[in-house]
Amino acid sequence: MIKKALALGLAGVMAVGMTASVSAEELSGSITGSGSSALLPLAQNVADAFKELHPDVSITLNGGGSGTGLKQVSDGSVDIGNSDVEAETKLEADAAAELVDHKVCVVTMATIVNKEVGESVTSLTKDQLIDIFTGEITNWSEVGGPDEEIILISRPQTSGTRALFKEYALDGNEELSGGSLETDDSGTLLQSVADNEGAIGYVALPYLLENDTVSTVAIDGVEPTMENTYNGTYPVWGYEHMYTKGEPNEVVQAFLDFMMSEEYGEQIEAQGYCMTSKMEVER
Amino acid sequence: MKKKSLFWKEHFWHGLITCCGLLVIVLTLAIGAFLVYKGSGTFTKYGHSIFEFFFSSKWAPADNSTGGGAVGAAVYIVGSLSTCGLALLIAAPFSIAAAIFMTEISPKLGKSIFRPAVELFVGIPSVIYGWVGLTTLVPAIKELFDLNMGYSVLAAGIVLAVMIFPTITTIAADALKSVPNDYRKAAYGLGATRWQVIHQIVLPAAKPGIFTGIVMGLARAFGEALAVAMVIGKMRAFPKSILSPTTNLTSAIASDMGGAMEGGEYNTALWTMALLLFLISLLFIFIIHRIVAKGGAEKDGSK
Repeated sequence: MIKKALALGLAGVMAVGMTASVSAEELSGSITGSGSSALLPLAQNVADAFKELHPDVSITLNGGGSGTGLKQVSDGSVDIGNSDVEAETKLEADAAAELVDHKVCVVTMATIVNKEVGESVTSLTKDQLIDIFTGEITNWSEVGGPDEEIILISRPQTSGTRALFKEYALDGNEELSGGSLETDDSGTLLQSVADNEGAIGYVALPYLLENDTVSTVAIDGVEPTMENTYNGTYPVWGYEHMYTKGEPNEVVQAFLDFMMSEEYGEQIEAQGYCMTSKMEVER
Repeated sequence: MKKKSLFWKEHFWHGLITCCGLLVIVLTLAIGAFLVYKGSGTFTKYGHSIFEFFFSSKWAPADNSTGGGAVGAAVYIVGSLSTCGLALLIAAPFSIAAAIFMTEISPKLGKSIFRPAVELFVGIPSVIYGWVGLTTLVPAIKELFDLNMGYSVLAAGIVLAVMIFPTITTIAADALKSVPNDYRKAAYGLGATRWQVIHQIVLPAAKPGIFTGIVMGLARAFGEALAVAMVIGKMRAFPKSILSPTTNLTSAIASDMGGAMEGGEYNTALWTMALLLFLISLLFIFIIHRIVAKGGAEKDGSK
């Protein structure tokens, strides 16, 4: 106890000694994170903003996919595991139970189509969407579009985006197996939809921020926008999770608090994600 | 004192080099053992049959450790075989012709321009082949054949053909060059034309080397992930023709390895694919050794 107080005091003196403005509570330490590539750009942006406030904290973030993030946080090789899906879906029950979930933001998934199709098809009912993705409807003319074959562009089976889309847009129906082009990441998917007439796919809203090469499609007349996500009318959204093993330490906690703060919230929205605190509905 | 130092030097370097050599062997064995350990789980832990893995096209492994999914990898295996086969069909004639040109027809040009140009090919990273293929080949195939999309076995075959062309060419050229000049002189002396010399003397003599080149090329094609993944379309269905998209073993591993839960059925099935790729390359090495051994025996026999 005395030792600890002494150490704290010493650290305080040293910190004050270095620059006058630095308080004794200045955070220092390191944070490591890995996981979801969908969350990575945002996490990196938060890290940069956080480092400006706390220059003594070093943050290392990697992608690798939700499964990797969960695995690594569970075995202790990183402090934060980023995931699009809940830990229970990827880890053994007892390993998942050790993790603490921090729902840092909400991401909305938009259905996108090639521009040419988007001119006539602006909204689909959920049933139509399910029929398209399960291969029941194979031509755009069946849903009021041009006479063009539908090309399904999807993500790998293990993708978090795909899992979300399946659950909330397709009501749990499995996408047509062996009938879609799979793309490794959302950027490629966007490109493929833009390049192929008759293509339909889905990406997270942040990918559409500065992109007008594809058209979004409303579901049952509801546009995939942030407002519609906040008020709960647009159904295809999910939490982005940052998992820690047990309760986070001081530095990690500060980082997570900062990410979910009102102060940083604007930045989250500017990048196309929704703030968890503003959600009017919950899951 | 001096003697001791010499003794020490001798043994130190001897030991060091032996260690380095052994390390390579240990590493290869370790990778093999690791793949067997990881990949066999599909059959032991999750109880799937080897027959299902090879011949079923139902691929739906569960992304958790309870299992109960299906692990039929036939589509991926057929995808790999068809793209590599097509690549070989395209590349082999070009490569052998190029090798003949380099060594027999125009050795000077071959040595100064052709060979460096071909060797340059080897160093180009595969992502560049993939990207160029994606931006030029895929749209071109789409236009040319009036298709919905250009992602196809053909696109993958062409990209792979360009990639394995230098491998086959350099090895085949080396093989042609190593045919003793006396053979050619003797044939010319008997009044053979250049074509007859190439066709009946040089090519048969260099056959084991050329086959080695082809097998090496095939091995490279099998293991290539990035470039193929970019142009094949990754549609999990058997290709109906060379113009339809499909998927292959390496793309499947590359696209799902990050998302699949460690130790789960999906992850394990991917490891089984990795094991299969390892075994295939082992098989290729084995074939090469057989060819070389047989070629050596024939040469000895003909003496």
